[in-house]
Amino acid sequence: MILTWLILLPLLGGIPAWMAGERRNVARWIALVILVVDLILALLLLGPRPGLGSWIMLVDQPWIPSLGIGFRLGIDGLSLLLVLLTIGLAIVSVVISWTEITTRSGFFHCNLLWTTAGVLGVFLSLDLFLFFFFWELMLVPMYFLIVLWGHERRLYAAIKFFLFTQGSGLLLLIAILALAFVHFSATGIFTFDYGALLGTRMNPTTEFWLMLGFFIAFTVKLPAFPFHTWLPDAHTEAPTAGSVLLAGILLKTGAYGLLRFVVPLFPDAALSFTPVAMILGVIGIFYGAILAFGQNDLKRLVAYSSVSHMGFVLVGVFAWNALALQGVIVQMLAHGISTGALFILVGALQERLHTRDMRQMGGLWAAMPRLAAIALFFAIASLGLPGLGNFLGEFMILLGGFSDHHWIIAVATFGVVWAAAYALLLVQRTFQGQPGSAMAPDLTSRHLAVMTVLILAIIGLGAYPQPVIDMATPGITFLTHGLEVIR
Amino acid sequence: MTADQAIAILPFIILGALIILVMLLIAVRRNHLMTAVVSALGLLLCLFSLPFAAAKAPILATPLLAIDGYTLFFVGLILASALAVVLFSYAYLEQTNSGPREEYYLLLLTATLGAIVLPGAVHFASFFLGLETLSVSLLGLIAYPGGQEAPAEAGTKYLILSGTSSAFLLFGMALIYADLGTMSFAQIGQAAIVRDMAGFAPYRLAGIALILVGVGFKLSLVPFHMWAPDIYQGAPAPITGFVAVVSKIAVFAVILRYFGWSDAYRDPSVLDALAVIAVLSMLAGNLLALLQNNVKRLLAYSSIAHLGYLLVAFLVGGDFGFAAAGYYLAAYAVTSLAAFGVVALLTKSGEGRDADRIEDYQGLFRTQPFLAGCFTLTLLSLAGIPPTMGFIGKAYLLIAGVGAGFSILVAALVLGSVIGLYYYLRIVVAMAAPASQDASTAGRGPVLAGSVVLGVLLILLVTFGAYPSPIIDLIRSTVGHWTLS
Repeated sequence: MILTWLILLPLLGGIPAWMAGERRNVARWIALVILVVDLILALLLLGPRPGLGSWIMLVDQPWIPSLGIGFRLGIDGLSLLLVLLTIGLAIVSVVISWTEITTRSGFFHCNLLWTTAGVLGVFLSLDLFLFFFFWELMLVPMYFLIVLWGHERRLYAAIKFFLFTQGSGLLLLIAILALAFVHFSATGIFTFDYGALLGTRMNPTTEFWLMLGFFIAFTVKLPAFPFHTWLPDAHTEAPTAGSVLLAGILLKTGAYGLLRFVVPLFPDAALSFTPVAMILGVIGIFYGAILAFGQNDLKRLVAYSSVSHMGFVLVGVFAWNALALQGVIVQMLAHGISTGALFILVGALQERLHTRDMRQMGGLWAAMPRLAAIALFFAIASLGLPGLGNFLGEFMILLGGFSDHHWIIAVATFGVVWAAAYALLLVQRTFQGQPGSAMAPDLTSRHLAVMTVLILAIIGLGAYPQPVIDMATPGITFLTHGLEVIR
Repeated sequence: MTADQAIAILPFIILGALIILVMLLIAVRRNHLMTAVVSALGLLLCLFSLPFAAAKAPILATPLLAIDGYTLFFVGLILASALAVVLFSYAYLEQTNSGPREEYYLLLLTATLGAIVLPGAVHFASFFLGLETLSVSLLGLIAYPGGQEAPAEAGTKYLILSGTSSAFLLFGMALIYADLGTMSFAQIGQAAIVRDMAGFAPYRLAGIALILVGVGFKLSLVPFHMWAPDIYQGAPAPITGFVAVVSKIAVFAVILRYFGWSDAYRDPSVLDALAVIAVLSMLAGNLLALLQNNVKRLLAYSSIAHLGYLLVAFLVGGDFGFAAAGYYLAAYAVTSLAAFGVVALLTKSGEGRDADRIEDYQGLFRTQPFLAGCFTLTLLSLAGIPPTMGFIGKAYLLIAGVGAGFSILVAALVLGSVIGLYYYLRIVVAMAAPASQDASTAGRGPVLAGSVVLGVLLILLVTFGAYPSPIIDLIRSTVGHWTLS
């Protein structure tokens, strides 16, 4: 029941939030209370629950039985970590939008809650059709967040975002249906049950094409190199809360899809696809970093840095190694926190200076020391300073991948250098140098509170990652275990 | 006729009686509200008689009319759609039309009668009778707003094109009759088997081709779609909804039955032609919709595309294909009615035109949040986004298409859907933009009635989109059991 309520709560909670309309504080508090209750529900799932293998809890109810579609939910350590990240960042988004969103507040919080519900559904679904249902469900509210509260070129960005994700989504649907029919012709049972579809026998060509369908759909969302072009626009034009949700959570659905579906469902095809996927990942690392280096727009810089970070995730997923997979989990969490924090800081700057252009900034350290110091912290977290979460994630991915893929990993390692370049450049151009005429208030206590939490989280992740790794490991062992069987 | 047969055709009898009643009522006393209420109640009564008819099904009421689950499902869908159109029409006519309004309902009911004959038709005679009753009544309805240019033009166009397509249809029927000596669908199937043993059957193929041309016109499939945008734009909004929903469901139901019963699926060349028509409709409909700035024209092109999607299920055939088509038609009916309902409710008095320009929708989220919310959900359903019926419908079609291995059709469906998103979202974006004009307050009472209907449609849209199992089960037990009795 907890799993169902985890999704239902924000879904239903969106309605009273919408009804609150222009009574801003009512809508905010509704959203906040609902998300906090949701977080408590998720925290209840921590702790040992034996008897289900790597699963902590499962739900299996009929939904559309005549088409083999069930309301099947399940949570394991991997899902739980991502669920916690999702709800946590959603709470952060509500708090940091407190002063930024002044119009149609009710509808804003409704969309925020619905996106969250969709993402939670994605992380919990164990029925491929249900998964697709939530996969689509999270898009529309996100689209509204961009188009209604976004910046100058929001229309273009929102439509591009929607077309990319919807196009890839339909590809995913076709692949899912084809998989179900392959399973049907092999066993005579038409079902979308994840558990049943695992280990479906198929010939290598079919497996390759199906894998490719899933892979493209998820790498568009991730995003990986050739499919990333929607991301800088969407991130840049979205309101701060939208950017936080996009970078922190929505990108993770792509990585989650790779881990949960591409590798377990099509192990042979995925294995043979390894070189291509890894090279795409490495291209993403460099391409994202180099483009981030060249940006004048702060938000675009952070957005391109996401492409670079997600390149590491792609490399890690296809490294076929337990250490690298653990690194992927850490990287996902760390990226969610650090990039979310950077977007919040950029949003705070924009709220104060009404620009995101670094050429019009400089010397802001004097005016707002707290904001600048925190930005410096997250910039160096992002470039991978040892002791912080991002370093650990990237290090584990590189270390884990090295044994099998020397050259690719060796090249990928140099991506970290570029990360240092763009991260330090960000600090240099924005906060150092000649103070301009811009005078603006420093961070408010509300922002400071959020930042404190995020700083502690990323330090904790870097310094003592063992609990996180322990939680995620059962789900991952299963992935590497599949590989052992193949070999 | 036995008592069982009489009970089985109860919905038809009640609707026929209702028409006479409304006619007499108008002769005695003209009153818009009363006529509308009587029409609506009569249609409700027809709907309530369906379970009684279902108890006797399946039964052949006459050689012309089969009453089975298939018929009754579509009859129910058509009657419910007609009811929604009546209620929207009341709100719309109160706003826009001050002339005689009562005969409108008479025409609407005769059109409905023609439409409900079609799903039950198992003979060319009832096929043609139903279709002509529908078309001739529609002609009056399209041109109903007197003294305006656009409806008169649309009416004339419909008259000419509908007449032409009927001629094609008739000639096709005649060729098949000449070849096989029968006009009953089931006997055509049997005779064709015998005839095929004698070799190539040019008459029958030509006949089917001509029938498909005629039906293609009625369903506005590419390349027979040219009339649709003009007539959608010119007709009063509720009637546009009626043309888009009721007449298409009826014609689709009859041609589906014809293909099933006469086993026209045996001719690969016919199926190939249909596949080409389907791909063209999906792509051309969506591409042309991109260029539109008029919401009614846009919806016209979008409905061309949707009929193209439906052909995928049509081509799959069999129980599964029929059920997929049934669900998609139900989703299409609810969605399109809601869409044209919004247009009808937004139309203001004294403007001499419907609220169909994209500027009319600027800032609707601020001025009319309820209608804007409804329209958004409707457009999402048309685009196939959850949690709406449109999503499940499209998924159902894709399941059917992928299952049958129709790679090109499925690819066209996907491509069309992605293109479609763009123009549906354009309207949503316009509604979200700042308002360009003052909010106008329309007459409360009639609009309220329309809003209630709209609310009901949207509840259906979301309920059966999130939990479609009951309706899918219903369809599988009715439409999915079309087999020859």
